[in-house]
Amino acid sequence: MPIVSRGFRGRRRDDAPSDRIPPGQYATNDFPVLSAGPTPRTPVAEWDFAVIGEVDKLHHWTWDEFRALPSETVTVDIHCVTKWTKLDTVWEGVSVDTLLEGVDTAAEYAAAFCDGGYTTNLPLEDLTGGKAWIAFAYDGEPLDPEHGGPARLLVPHLYFWKSAKWVRGLRLTSTNEPGFWESNGYHIYGDPWREQRYWGD
Amino acid sequence: MGRLNWLVADVIDAVPETPRVKTIKLDVPDWEGHLPGQHVDVRLTAEDGYQAQRSYSIASEPNRNHVELTVERIDDGEVSPYLTEELRAGDQLELRGPVGGYFVWEPDRGGPLLLVAGGSGVVPLMAMLRHRAAAGSSVPATLLLSSRSWDDVIYRDELSRLNGSGLNVVHTLTRSQPDGWTGYARRVDEAMLRAVAPPPGEAPLVYVCGPTPFVEAVASALVALCHEPTSIRTERFGPTGG
Repeated sequence: MPIVSRGFRGRRRDDAPSDRIPPGQYATNDFPVLSAGPTPRTPVAEWDFAVIGEVDKLHHWTWDEFRALPSETVTVDIHCVTKWTKLDTVWEGVSVDTLLEGVDTAAEYAAAFCDGGYTTNLPLEDLTGGKAWIAFAYDGEPLDPEHGGPARLLVPHLYFWKSAKWVRGLRLTSTNEPGFWESNGYHIYGDPWREQRYWGD
Repeated sequence: MGRLNWLVADVIDAVPETPRVKTIKLDVPDWEGHLPGQHVDVRLTAEDGYQAQRSYSIASEPNRNHVELTVERIDDGEVSPYLTEELRAGDQLELRGPVGGYFVWEPDRGGPLLLVAGGSGVVPLMAMLRHRAAAGSSVPATLLLSSRSWDDVIYRDELSRLNGSGLNVVHTLTRSQPDGWTGYARRVDEAMLRAVAPPPGEAPLVYVCGPTPFVEAVASALVALCHEPTSIRTERFGPTGG
């Protein structure tokens, strides 16, 4: 049984529908920034995106090739493990389905890798079926470096550390290898609706 | 790996650090210790069952059964005004942790250590300095602490006691300075970091904590000064805080 905090009333928000706020989260209108190190600033002329690992061949896109792919505008709710949830965020990006269209693989997992050395792991099925994008714009503007520009992974149904900033590619694997935060105390899968924040949750 | 369960903590004391900041001293019977730099989740429950959770850095050095949190009041926040104004000795609090395995330092990680803090960003860095002192570590350490004014300096007296014996504490006061102040009086910039930080050739381990714009500016300046990006660990808090 939780302990009642003497004198605590809390500040409920009427404008945040409770069925869109996962357990332990609160709605915010800001867009806080969280990263483990300095912000990398990769010029798009030096940027590429690659699908590697257990694949038929190296798949690779320059920035111009990537931006020539069909893109989608999506409105999604995002949930950070540090407790904030932001509703109705608007992104533009290329569906991971589009990137994996011509990729022949039997892999069941993926690791996103990034400028700055960050990695995160997730089942491949969480990246496909219209659930994940490589986003290059937020709120109609090119994505700020602070928020992961030029491009970041967007996987809104998992805690936001899975939506790797400064993403440069996906490594497809047959085993589920813990990424950066997953090796540092955070949950291997990270479903906000099951409150899978930390190891053992 | 076992789940981190919610633990019941007894509030022993709530001590003002500055007009906006309090340290909450907690007795946690089931606490098994932590690493300097880790944080905890705090959960408050209203009488009708409504709950709010927030994360706070641990200020105290590793210790069984004892945890100190230093909390800055965010005026329009939901949890921090309760923790800094309402909570008092004899109350109970629920917490879960310790959490985080990256923004941590222990003496056997070595040094030299460069800690750069903006305001209450000093909290997890203080856990490192307290641990360094308690462990008798001789790792050279520098703390550059940016505060608005002399009255806003968190842990001011304790830092002046810890200063020396291999620790160099440098203050900068960005908004107002006491009469006769001869120290820095501007935001942390490249020139200040060049003067204060161990040179990149000494490969310092760098920990930067503060509000997002502060951390962005400091981390970018350190990279510009040729510090190794992978040796710079950052922790940021946004304006939502709470």
